[in-house]
Amino acid sequence: MTMKPGPKFSAAVLWTLMIMGFALVPVLMSSSYQLNLASHVLVWGLFAVAFNMLWGVTGMLSFGQALYYGLGAYFVGLMVEYLGSAWYLPAIGIGMLAVAATSFLLGLLVIRVGGVYFTMLTLAFGQLAWQITFKWYDFTGGDDGIQGITAPGFLQNPIAYYYFLLVLVMLSMWILKRMAYSPFGLMLRCVRQNPERVRFLGRRVRRNQLRVYIVSSLFAGLAGSLMAGIDNSIHTDMFFWTTSGEVILMSVLGGLNQFFGPFVGAIAMIIIEDIVGAWTEYWSLIIGSLIMGMVILFPKGLVGELYHLKLRMMQPKAGRSE
Amino acid sequence: MNAMLELESVHKSFGGLHVTQNVSFAVMPGEISAIIGPNGAGKTTLFNQITGHLQPNSGRILLKGQDVVGQSPQKIVAQGIGRAFQIASLFPDETVLDNVKVACLSKLDQTRRFWRPVQAFRQATDRAYSILEDLGLEKQADRLAFELAHGDQKLLDIGIALVLEPQLLLLDEPTAGMSPEERQRTRELIKKLWKAYELTLVFIEHDMDMVFGIAEKVRVLQLGALLAEGTPDEIRNNKEVVTAYLGEA
Repeated sequence: MTMKPGPKFSAAVLWTLMIMGFALVPVLMSSSYQLNLASHVLVWGLFAVAFNMLWGVTGMLSFGQALYYGLGAYFVGLMVEYLGSAWYLPAIGIGMLAVAATSFLLGLLVIRVGGVYFTMLTLAFGQLAWQITFKWYDFTGGDDGIQGITAPGFLQNPIAYYYFLLVLVMLSMWILKRMAYSPFGLMLRCVRQNPERVRFLGRRVRRNQLRVYIVSSLFAGLAGSLMAGIDNSIHTDMFFWTTSGEVILMSVLGGLNQFFGPFVGAIAMIIIEDIVGAWTEYWSLIIGSLIMGMVILFPKGLVGELYHLKLRMMQPKAGRSE
Repeated sequence: MNAMLELESVHKSFGGLHVTQNVSFAVMPGEISAIIGPNGAGKTTLFNQITGHLQPNSGRILLKGQDVVGQSPQKIVAQGIGRAFQIASLFPDETVLDNVKVACLSKLDQTRRFWRPVQAFRQATDRAYSILEDLGLEKQADRLAFELAHGDQKLLDIGIALVLEPQLLLLDEPTAGMSPEERQRTRELIKKLWKAYELTLVFIEHDMDMVFGIAEKVRVLQLGALLAEGTPDEIRNNKEVVTAYLGEA
């Protein structure tokens, strides 16, 4: 991952534009549906960026991050259902603690294997969690999911909830971005590029992989628990492998090598799904073809291609001295 | 004086293939020496055993008197061995500066710091720049490692190894694949680094100008066995070595 940070002010401009853009949605919207769409973008964007810390940065392709996304959602859903909506906010924190514990224990297991075995093992655990949730009807509601998850107090107002969401998502992204550019983030990129050399620097590869696995899972869990309040309902699909696949696609679409790539990928994906879904029932076929086309046209991802365009424009005579 | 590195009857075989046969020698502190021999003589395999990447079947490898056989590369590097690889082992998508800097951060035990940006770690930055200056790579600090010329990549690899302040540095064919001018420059640079960093230096090399130009001692490997050991002059005049490897001049 080439993460040369640009000048300070351009990063600040980017953040300001992004936050302003999302903050203005409730003011400019013509229907509550658009607010719902923007909320989905924020949650998926956070989920995808957190996932990319694992894949794009550290080179660990997990096909099971839905496990933590679902766990976060179901902690909120179940606690609100059984204990009341006052438990909504505590449930987010408790859910994240549960995610931390689970990802630590599972992480010890799955990082022992590399490459495609890691991918398959994470997929297996994700599907296991989905099966349990699906079958345990008495407790989880099984295929019916959980409905009527209402946030407490003023958060019941969709606009208030949206701003609550915006603050938490932007805060999380800021934390993840600081990590990505810190010595820890540099170490993670080195682990991806040359683990053998990292060992020969006297550093532990697996220890770092475990750390980032927990961090990525934590924010996936947070994204899941925030999702519960948007549609006021959750479903076992949140654990399903297609959910894990969705963030992989978003990352590829936006660009693995840029911090904001997966976030832009999430925006693109949700907007495409929305537009295409509105005029044809064969939407998945169209989306599949569209994504294939985009990946062929922009192999570095949307943000990646933009970044390279900018680099080319900044160096008109790219005469490389060899 | 105690040896920096001592090999005692080190033996390694893969099935019926004996890649290291009863090799014994001692490297004194501050020595600069070469290991030469035809391709397949087991030179790199020997390095791999010293650094823990491979385990010998028998024999002892003593670093400052301590047997390191059976320890992981990670443990061995912590005891003062540095190594640059035959094919430069870098972090290709990071800048030249960050390649050295990640080693500096490792040395300072700061790689777990996750909040302040890499640029804020001044001690590591200063150290990385000073190493790049010693290597003559400071002007390329902001380029990505994979963009460097082949020779510069190998120098960068040495730079990463130097950060960890090794007492014993192993270089595997430092000038392989370089142009004659690059070889010349690298030769002088390595000699300079050896003095400046007070290293004990062992290098594998096919470039005879380098071997006979800067080594105080030369060891010849053939078919996994130590064929000869001596000063450059002794080796140059050794009949067996001339027949086996150097050829009639």
